[in-house]
Amino acid sequence: MPLLQLEGISKKFGQVVVAKEISFQLEAGDAVGIVGPNGAGKTSLFAMISGDIKPDAGHVFFEGHELSHLSAARRARAGIGRTYQVPRPFEHMTVFENTLLAAQQGARARGQKAYNLAYGSLERTGLGDYANDAAGSLTLLRRKRLELARALATTPRIVLLDEIAGGLTDLEVNELTTIIRGLRGEGIAVVWIEHVVRALTNTVDRLLCLAGGAVVADGDPHTVLSSDEVRAVYLGGKTLNPLEQ
Amino acid sequence: MSKSTAPRTESLSNVSIRRSTHSPIFTVIGSLIIVVLLSVAPWIAPAQVASTLMNFFILVIMATMWNLLAGYAGMVSIGQQAFVGLGAYATLYFALKGVNPFVTIPLAALATAVIAVPVTFLLFRLRGGYFAIATWVVADTAMLIIGTIAVLGGGTGRLMPGLENLSPSQTAHYSYLATWIVALIVVIGTYLLLRSRLGLVLASIRDNEVAARSAGANVRSARRTVYIIAAAGCGAAGAVLAISQPFIQPTNEFSMQWAAEMLFVSMIGGLGTIEGPIIGSIIFFILQQSLQQQGVWYLIIFGVFAVAVALWQPKGLWGAFRSRFRSELLPVGHWVRTERLQTKTPEPLE
Repeated sequence: MPLLQLEGISKKFGQVVVAKEISFQLEAGDAVGIVGPNGAGKTSLFAMISGDIKPDAGHVFFEGHELSHLSAARRARAGIGRTYQVPRPFEHMTVFENTLLAAQQGARARGQKAYNLAYGSLERTGLGDYANDAAGSLTLLRRKRLELARALATTPRIVLLDEIAGGLTDLEVNELTTIIRGLRGEGIAVVWIEHVVRALTNTVDRLLCLAGGAVVADGDPHTVLSSDEVRAVYLGGKTLNPLEQ
Repeated sequence: MSKSTAPRTESLSNVSIRRSTHSPIFTVIGSLIIVVLLSVAPWIAPAQVASTLMNFFILVIMATMWNLLAGYAGMVSIGQQAFVGLGAYATLYFALKGVNPFVTIPLAALATAVIAVPVTFLLFRLRGGYFAIATWVVADTAMLIIGTIAVLGGGTGRLMPGLENLSPSQTAHYSYLATWIVALIVVIGTYLLLRSRLGLVLASIRDNEVAARSAGANVRSARRTVYIIAAAGCGAAGAVLAISQPFIQPTNEFSMQWAAEMLFVSMIGGLGTIEGPIIGSIIFFILQQSLQQQGVWYLIIFGVFAVAVALWQPKGLWGAFRSRFRSELLPVGHWVRTERLQTKTPEPLE
């Protein structure tokens, strides 16, 4: 049984097609990257998996259960964690309280167990020393880490990472990819939308390319990046291999 | 759906958590002194002071409830007078049935909570400004319906029965105590609520609703719970209002003035803090007592003051104080205590 399975997901906002019969599946511990030009429907696809928006047609199955009628909160509790492209910290709460909420609500942990889970996810993402700081005072890198920490505190089976490396320095990106690779080892599946292609290819073993709401390529990262379809839509038709930049 | 893998993100050793940055001893002692003083106030202070304090308590109850709604759950209601009025009329109704007016107070709170349940299904379809206007419509509709019921006095009103056997000073003392107890329950209850898991959910909704959902928080159910609690609190306020000013009239009990005062004191005191509405109510009463000789100027000064706070201290006076001195009278936070964090000065909460 696949961990996550999408079947014929379609969505339009007015005349704009953001998803056109998207189908794919992945197993526990898989790491899949998603690339595509702006407006390809990457973030919308995440929103339909996490329950923030409802597809017009199609089904999402998680561990064999149909998710279509579950709210975003129920999906988080079921084991789907996500981060947002523009971090959404609870600014007036402490960093620790941000992950504590996720541990209490997303993982349904109680008492000391919730405290340990919340603090553990901060230590894991390198935020342990900032536990008592206001989340609104964090820098961009730490806000991105907090997004990840909050997703981890829900004890997810899969994490959806939306451009978590965007705007970070090379060193910061390397630190993040180390954390993300660690998740795979625990059987947590990772789906990662990223424009920083180098970070992706270091981490994932499968790459999907979206364009105009449709999957135009799916497979081994190097094969996908050098395919003609991807060059046409993603790299503007130039015969340039981003791995050689 | 159950998760088959155990969380591996859990910290190996137990994390030590404190709920307050300072020792709560001074807050506890201070609160006890205030509680004792206010409990005996009608016997040691002039009648005028006790009567002013009673109005102050009613305002604290209403503002605390409004702050839960708007400051925490993000629901700006301008129709909470609906529940003040329904609470007053529930008290009248039960008193007409022969129940002792003081016993009707919890019944009135329960009745308004029950009425609030179906109201949430109507109102929660709307957001923001539309929600606010709909709450006003609900309040006016409730007032018009109550005004058609002859046995409750119709549009002209009716005197609260059941208080005839008490002397005026007994009525004053008992209604003072009843109001004080309701205010105490509301403030302590709100404090315990905000310290609980639901309190953390409410704070997260206040900060970012979308992120709260994706962290697993059931936003709708938290909102519904808070709306019902706020209705019950305002219902209890209406009940004590009906006992302290026993001529019950729709235009008075369902007055827009209640909503305006709740909003005013929460805003000047500071939304999203427990202390804010209490501080706001104190300021409101100081202004009122010192300005009421000034006739119409009194309202103008109030208005100017509210605008000034909104422009220069949008977090309210308590909000400004708290972010400067990093202090809470009623702490609801979670502070991690580890050796490394002990020596580090945390970035202040806004």
